[in-house]
Amino acid sequence: MLSPGPADPHQTQPLLQTVGLTKRYGDFLANDAVDIEIFPREIHALLGENGAGKSTLVKTIYGLVQPSAGELRWQGAPVKLSGPAEARSLGIGMVFQHFSLFDNLTVAENVALGLDGKEPFKAISERLADVARDYGLPLDPKREVWQLSVGERQRIEIVRALMQNPKFLILDEPTAVLTPQEADQLFVVLERLKAEGRAILYISHKLDEVKRLCDTATILRGGRKVATCNPKSETAASLARMMVGAEIKEVKPPAERRTTVPRLVVNDLTLAPAELHGVRLQNISFELKGGEILGIAGVAGNGQDELFAALSGERLVKEPGTIIIDGLACGNLSITQRRKMGAAFVPEERLGHGTAPRMRLSENALLTGHAASDMVRHGFINAAATLRTVDRTTETFDVRKAKRDPEAASLSGGNLQKFVVGREILRTPAVLIVNQPTWGVDAGAAAIIRQALIDLASAGAAVLVTSQDLDELMEIADRIAVMFHGHLSPALPRAEATREKLGLLMGGASLDQKEAAHAAGA
Amino acid sequence: MQLVLEKRAERSRTIALVSPLIAIGLTLVTMSVLFAVLGKNPLTALGVYFIAPLTDGYSLQEIAVKATPLVMIAIGLSLCYLANAWNIGAEGQFLIGAVAGSWIAVKTQGTEAGHWVLPAMLVAGAAAGALYALIPALCRVKFGASEILTSLMLVYVADLLLDYLVRGPWRDPAGFNFPTTAEFDPVATVPVLIEGGRLHLGSLIALIVVAGAFVLLDRTIKGFEIRVVGVAPRAARFGGFNANQLVLLTFAVSGALAGLSGIIEVAGPVGHLQPGISPGYGFTAIIVAFLGRLNPIGILIAGLFLALTFIGGEQAQITMKIPLDVTKVFQGILLFYVLACDSLILYRFKLIFTSRQVQSGAG
Repeated sequence: MLSPGPADPHQTQPLLQTVGLTKRYGDFLANDAVDIEIFPREIHALLGENGAGKSTLVKTIYGLVQPSAGELRWQGAPVKLSGPAEARSLGIGMVFQHFSLFDNLTVAENVALGLDGKEPFKAISERLADVARDYGLPLDPKREVWQLSVGERQRIEIVRALMQNPKFLILDEPTAVLTPQEADQLFVVLERLKAEGRAILYISHKLDEVKRLCDTATILRGGRKVATCNPKSETAASLARMMVGAEIKEVKPPAERRTTVPRLVVNDLTLAPAELHGVRLQNISFELKGGEILGIAGVAGNGQDELFAALSGERLVKEPGTIIIDGLACGNLSITQRRKMGAAFVPEERLGHGTAPRMRLSENALLTGHAASDMVRHGFINAAATLRTVDRTTETFDVRKAKRDPEAASLSGGNLQKFVVGREILRTPAVLIVNQPTWGVDAGAAAIIRQALIDLASAGAAVLVTSQDLDELMEIADRIAVMFHGHLSPALPRAEATREKLGLLMGGASLDQKEAAHAAGA
Repeated sequence: MQLVLEKRAERSRTIALVSPLIAIGLTLVTMSVLFAVLGKNPLTALGVYFIAPLTDGYSLQEIAVKATPLVMIAIGLSLCYLANAWNIGAEGQFLIGAVAGSWIAVKTQGTEAGHWVLPAMLVAGAAAGALYALIPALCRVKFGASEILTSLMLVYVADLLLDYLVRGPWRDPAGFNFPTTAEFDPVATVPVLIEGGRLHLGSLIALIVVAGAFVLLDRTIKGFEIRVVGVAPRAARFGGFNANQLVLLTFAVSGALAGLSGIIEVAGPVGHLQPGISPGYGFTAIIVAFLGRLNPIGILIAGLFLALTFIGGEQAQITMKIPLDVTKVFQGILLFYVLACDSLILYRFKLIFTSRQVQSGAG
C-alpha cells in the first residue's frame, strides 16, 4: 500500500503525462496529438464516443500499443513501454472491460497467472485474501470462476491489479456490467484508492457517474482531445455535446399507443443450457401485446443470450406451446419458419452473429431475408432484390458506407447496427426481438435506432428489447422486467420502474423483501 | 528491426488473385534448388516439366485427360471446404466409384447388354462414391468424429477392396494372372471425342460440372448456405441454415463427383479395373481446390496446371532420369506455399524499426 504520509512535494507534477501522443493505423489516426495530464490523488475521466480513441489511448499508456509519434512521461521522465509488464513494473495497473479469466480455474489460480513474479502460490492466496478484505471486496480464493457473478469476476480483476500496488489504475467501463448498487460499492473503493494517493483513469460514457465521481474529465472526439474540464461544473448535456460535437437528437417519447392483442406469449419456458457453464432458463412467462415495448434488464450472462436463442428458434423447445407468436405455437419451429410467421430478430453480436463479417451487405440482407421475401425464387437468388434491400435500408436508416455494397466488417459499429436493425424493421415484422440494440453504438445512431423501435411499436408490432443499459430501457420501454440467474421477474410499468427497484432485481432480490437489499451485491 | 504480420482492414482482393501466382513462383524457385542439388540443370528441368508438354498435340490431349478427374474431384472438395467440412478421402471415393461401376461392366461382360451399360456404370459409380463419403460425414454429425481422420482412413479400405477384387473374384481368366479385370466391352467404355485421340467424354462432363458449380455457388440459395456456413457458422445458424445438413450434402456431392470420375477413368483411359488406376488424383485434387481458390473457374485452371506437372514429371523421368516422386514433392511444396501465401490476403508484412516487442491488444 502507498503510505498516505505527508503531502508529496511533487504534487504539482503530473504522475503521468502524454505529449502529442499519436497513433496511426494506415491512413487512420486513432489518436491525434493527444495531451493529457493525470495527477496523484485524482480520478480522471476519459470520455468519448465509440471510436473516439479512448481504447487506443489507454492501450498506449498500458504498453499494449506503441505510439507512432509523441511521448509518454511517467513522473516527469519520458518512458517507452515495451509491453504491459513494463507498465506494471512502473506502477500502472489496468482493469479491462472484457475480463481475461479462465472459467475452470479458481480465483487464486487466475490471480497467480496474471502476476509476473515468482511468489509462491500459497503466499499469493494469502495476500489476495488480505487485499480483498482490506478493500472490502470479498472474494473466496478457492472458488472457480465459472461459479461467480460478473460483479465478482470484476472484483478479481481489480484485486489482481491492486496486488501489484499500482500508483496509477486504469478502469475501462467498469460499471457496464454492474447493477446500480454494485456500482455504488465500486465507487467507495475508488474513493479510497484516491485517498491513498493513487491516480485513477476512469473510462466511461455514463455522464452522471462521471459527474459524481471524477475530479477532471478529458474528452476525446475523432481521435483528438476536445477539452479538459471539471465534470462537476458541467451539465450532462454540455458533456454530451462535447463528446458528440453536436446536439443529440432527443428520442420522441412514444405517443399514446393503443395496445392490441397479445402477439408474443411465452408460457413457463424452461430450458437446460446448451453449453458448459451456460444459464438454465427457469419458468419464464410473459405476454407482449401489439403496440408495446417490453424491456428486459439485467447484468450480462444471466440468461439473456439463452432466452434470445429460444425465442428466435436457434434452439428449439420440445413443447410447442411454450412460445406463441401471433396465436401460433412455435416452440419447435425453426428460425426460418418463425420469420415466415412475421417474427424478426436482432442478436447482440452484430459481427459474426447478426452478419457474416466478410460477406457483402447484399448477401447479409439475404441471410435473414431469404425466409420471407422475393429474394429467392425456385432456389435462385434474386440479386436485384437483395441490393434493393441494401439501398432501402441505407436510405431509411442513414447507413454511411464507402460504396454501395461493401463487406459488413468494413462498416463502423453504429452504421452496421443501423443496417442490421433496419434490415429487420423494413420487413415490417409483427414481433421484433432485439438484444442490446445500441451496444457500442455512437449517440447519433443510437437515437435513430431507438426511434425506429418506438415507431415500429406505434405501428402495431410487439417489440422485445433486452438491454444492459437501464437508461435506454427507461427511455423506450413501456414495461421493464429483469433477468437474474435464468429467472424473469414480473414486468414493472415504466412509471413504477425506478433505478433502485430495477437494481435490486438485477442483484437477485425480489421486491417484497427489500430489507434483504444488502445481500444483493454479495 | 523486426518483421511482423499486420492485420489488414479489409481482405485484399488483389492478393486473393495474385497469391496462387506467388505460390507457383516460390515453388519454381524451390524446385530449381532441388534440381541443382540432384545435379540437374534447373532451367532444362523446368523446361521439360512445364514447357515441353505444351508443344505437342498428344501431350496437350493427355493434359486434358489427366485434368479431368482432378477438376471434377476438386470441384466437389471445394464445396466441402467452403462449408468447413474436411473431406480428405476423395481418393477412396474415387476408387469405390471405380469398383462399383466396374461391377456392372464385369457382370455384363460378353452378354448382349445394350447401351444402358455405360450410363448405369456412371450412376453406380457416383452413387457408390456418395454413399462412401457419407460414412465419415455421418460419423461427424452423429458422433463428432473427426471427418479428416475417418475419410482418410477409408481410402485404404477402398484401396484394399479393389486389390482383393482384381486379384480374386474379378480377375481376368485370360490375363496371365495379372491382377486386372478383362478389358471392358465397347458398351461399357467412355467414348473418345476425337477418333483416334485420347480426349474423352469425361472431359466434357468435367466442364459441365464446373459450370454447374459456378451457378450453384454464385446464383442459388444452397450455394449461399454453403458459403455462409463456412465463413460465419453462427451467422449461418441465425440465418436458419443447418450446418450438419450441409456437411452431409457437400460430402455426398463431393463423393459422387469423385466416384463418377473414378468410373470414368476406369471405363475411359484405363479400359479395365486394376490396382494403381489413380496416381493420387484424390490427394492432388486437394491442392487443385486450394490453388484454384475454391472457385470453379480457378479450379479448372489449377487442374490443368497440376495435370501438366504429371505429364512433365513423366517426361522428366524419361529424358532426364529425374525420379517420378519429384512430381509429388513439387505438388506438396506447392500446397505449402499456397496456404502460406493465403495469409497475405488478411495480413501484410511490416517492418518495425525499433527493438520494441509488439503485442496485440487484449482489451
